[in-house]
Amino acid sequence: MTLITALARLLIFPGLVFAMPAAWFFLWVERKSVALMQERVGPPFMQPFFDFVKLLGKETPPRTGIGGMLMRAWPLIAVSAAAGAVGLLPVLPSSGGFQGDLILLLALLELPSVCIIAAGFSSRSIFAEIGSAREAALSVSYNIVFLLAIVSIAASQHTFRLEALAALPATPLLWLGVAAILVCLPAKLHINPFSLPNAEQEIYAGPMTEYAGAELAMWELAHGLEWVAGVGLVATLVAPHVHAVWIAACIFIAISFAVVLLLSVLAAATARLAIDSSVRFYWQCTLIFAVLAISSAILMRFWS
Amino acid sequence: MCTARRRSPWLFHMNSGSCNGCDIEIVAALSPRYDAEQLGVLLQGSPRHADILCVTGPVTRKAVGAVKTVYDQVPGPKAVIAIGSCPATTNVFIDSRTLEGPLDKHVPVDVYVPGCPPRPDAIIQGVAKAAEILAKRGNNPQNAEPVVTFVGEVQP
Repeated sequence: MTLITALARLLIFPGLVFAMPAAWFFLWVERKSVALMQERVGPPFMQPFFDFVKLLGKETPPRTGIGGMLMRAWPLIAVSAAAGAVGLLPVLPSSGGFQGDLILLLALLELPSVCIIAAGFSSRSIFAEIGSAREAALSVSYNIVFLLAIVSIAASQHTFRLEALAALPATPLLWLGVAAILVCLPAKLHINPFSLPNAEQEIYAGPMTEYAGAELAMWELAHGLEWVAGVGLVATLVAPHVHAVWIAACIFIAISFAVVLLLSVLAAATARLAIDSSVRFYWQCTLIFAVLAISSAILMRFWS
Repeated sequence: MCTARRRSPWLFHMNSGSCNGCDIEIVAALSPRYDAEQLGVLLQGSPRHADILCVTGPVTRKAVGAVKTVYDQVPGPKAVIAIGSCPATTNVFIDSRTLEGPLDKHVPVDVYVPGCPPRPDAIIQGVAKAAEILAKRGNNPQNAEPVVTFVGEVQP
């Protein structure tokens, strides 16, 4: 029974059957809300799905002088890591079976970004290499804040178990951690003002420049799944603990939708920052909050 | 698959020695006023991501190699739009020694959008026509022959 519930979590909810349509829906919400803010009509509801299907049907032109197997492997690793991260999210109340822990979730969340860096460098295109270098610099900056925020939440509860973290009462420390995660999400999802790794037009398509056809479709899917995983992490931390499965699922979806709207509005309202400004923002401005969060978590541990 | 191809045309914009007039009109077609994203149109940074190649300019001698390379990098099924009168006929630069145009000497052109420069609505109409051609064409090599279409106010 536990095996079946674990498989259902990984494959159905919040796993692949839920996550793929949710990924397309979130990508549509992002594009549509940017369009509405610019007083446009914007793309139709099925647009991300059409894009995905069309890309699957395209040919891949030959790439000279590039290791083909490696280039094909990166998008698949990224998709499976992002799908695994979504499957691990403790949306529903405990049902036994393999549950994983926070460290595994953080590793899976980080893997798509590592794949993007590796894909850019292995494609040997100058634009892809610039994009990868930017992604690496940005990743080092925002991950400090991201990890410190999550570790402070975990340290205050003496546990790395996801189930226990999802059932946290709303404390000021939790809100501080969630705020720090929210600040890091635009950089993790490559949206404005931190869209510089894949800066459209400026460096062609960044690390994705050499990708085409089905491989590009996999990158698009991985990007959508990253949206679901990143936004879902915030939703599970914020969501109140309820025992009814349906209500828990509905609350999760509603909070995710609200966070997507928030991030899209931010993306529409801002312009792309240069790499030095982005890195400085994370190292100088937000690191203070993360250090504050982790020091208060450690102090709380000593007092208790 | 046909519906997906018709509803999601991604463009790559290539300037082959244009005076920048048509390029401004392409940007205008994508701007909030004309909002080509309603049709699923996106301007892509890399030719490998694109379905439709939009070429402006009369194809100068320096640009011929680049046009051919970029055309080969667009993955099939693909379509080519000649935007403005320059790629269609070389326009006022006809018989110039520095030109290798018109465009259809080098790559198969599917849609011509004449005008100097064409209006943004004509460009959007041309993209919609090219998307329909793409949907019919598919990956079948027998359908790769150019389907010549003219849009806009000037009819041949």
